[in-house]
Amino acid sequence: MAQSSASPKDFRLWPFVVIAAVVGIAAICFAYTAGWLSPNRLTPKKLVAGLAPPGGPALGHRRNHSKGICFTGTFEANGEGSALSKAPVFVRGQYPIVGRFNLGTPNPNAEDAMVRTRGLGILITTPDGQEWRSAMINAPIFPVSNPQAFYDLLTASASKDPNAMKNFIGANPGFLTFLPWAKSDQWTESYAEEPYNSLNSFLFVDESGTKHPVRWSLIPAAQPVSISPAELGKRGPDYLEQEITQRVAAGPQHWKLMVTVANPGDPTADPNKAWPADRRTIDVGTMTVQQIEPERDGPCRDINYDPTVLPAGITTSDDPFPAARSAAYSRSYNSRTAEEADYPRTATGAKQ
Amino acid sequence: MTTTRTRFAVPQRILHWLMAICILSMLFIGVGMVSTITTKYLTLVQIHKPLGIAILVLALIRLALRLYYGAPALPADLPTPMKLAAELSQYIFYALMIAMPLIGWAMLSAAEYPVVLFGSVHLPSILPVSPSLHTLLWHAHYYLAFAFFGLILMHVSAILFHKLVRNDGVFEAMASVSTDDQPERPTH
Repeated sequence: MAQSSASPKDFRLWPFVVIAAVVGIAAICFAYTAGWLSPNRLTPKKLVAGLAPPGGPALGHRRNHSKGICFTGTFEANGEGSALSKAPVFVRGQYPIVGRFNLGTPNPNAEDAMVRTRGLGILITTPDGQEWRSAMINAPIFPVSNPQAFYDLLTASASKDPNAMKNFIGANPGFLTFLPWAKSDQWTESYAEEPYNSLNSFLFVDESGTKHPVRWSLIPAAQPVSISPAELGKRGPDYLEQEITQRVAAGPQHWKLMVTVANPGDPTADPNKAWPADRRTIDVGTMTVQQIEPERDGPCRDINYDPTVLPAGITTSDDPFPAARSAAYSRSYNSRTAEEADYPRTATGAKQ
Repeated sequence: MTTTRTRFAVPQRILHWLMAICILSMLFIGVGMVSTITTKYLTLVQIHKPLGIAILVLALIRLALRLYYGAPALPADLPTPMKLAAELSQYIFYALMIAMPLIGWAMLSAAEYPVVLFGSVHLPSILPVSPSLHTLLWHAHYYLAFAFFGLILMHVSAILFHKLVRNDGVFEAMASVSTDDQPERPTH
């Protein structure tokens, strides 16, 4: 229905009302999607801010697991993993790893004896260019069941309210099952003596397309030597990095990659819940750490150990953490890479 | 190439509307994904990357079609500022449609992320790993996305103005479902 175009005399308001309404509605939908109208939405920004110590984050560094040291090495697959996953990384062969030992703290200068949680990030590349990234920790279970509870834990830990932790535990009783490990003083004296656990569940997809819910762990070949945090403290604030550097210089260090397959009904969506010990566990290969390099100029420095970077043959499961971790790690990465000047490489002209 | 046609060619119209859906989805997915830590985050990121590359391919095809078919002339009585705005906006649209996916791809490359499209299919890295380049490209991707959405709102306002206020045939040049390229212009 073509109308004759309006002359300036017969001005009509309604077309402008229509235009304003269309643009206004579109803008509101956009703002809603962006979260600007939802102050309670748990955003990556909030989660990452929740990790920061009272004085603010350490600029240029990872926002958590900030203290760390790089390594290079290999993953030697024995072929056993191929029954569960078609990922090329499980085909018998040797694939390069760029990894990072780290402490679960937002403070890159933390003393080793102050941090119970030790972590390991790995990036394994196969010749077809696919990558498997994983970031694991030495704790046997995760302190909480879901990302919101993790944020609540951060909030409660930082709170001045004397009842904050009590209230948190009341709402998240699963946290109590984490405490025996967290409070134990049976630590180890080396990064090389720790197991590193995925804790999160993933799905291995085999050649037939069948999905197998799994968790995995790196089990050290080195015998753990128990040490209390007080004893560890006497060895110096950066003992772990010095020790792993010397140990690897003296000889490569090995871990078995053990994949545990869930039985139907096992809690795949909750890393706070361990699976029964009798679950089928398969040795799929060996990680070898061959060389240690300081993080400042090391090959792990600019890598985001995002646990959702997976090869075809491994996917995320109903566990909500990998998505939350990916979103938060990305935020952390964007922040720290923009702060490169605060953590300059020595090799690229830092003023001596 | 100039043309006397009053409508865009059929392939141009199809691509315009297909890309309109893709680009609007892309912008909503983009702002949505960086605002959430739920499992939707991964789903949105997994759509964002291949859709971005699809838009890049479609934009290049569209640019070729534009060079081949040209565009219908704007109404002769359109005031010069509006004519300039219309022409400038088209250049900006093409620049954004091509630049945004490339910036995204380069940004992932500079951050050492694999650019996975689906399954084991991934694109090569197009930049060396560099925190400073990553930061520059990330900021460009972020702010240009808002500029892109703003431009689309202006585009929608302008085309509704053409239709509802001037009724000068500009809307029909792209909106018509007719395959006839030489219809009568609406009477003035």
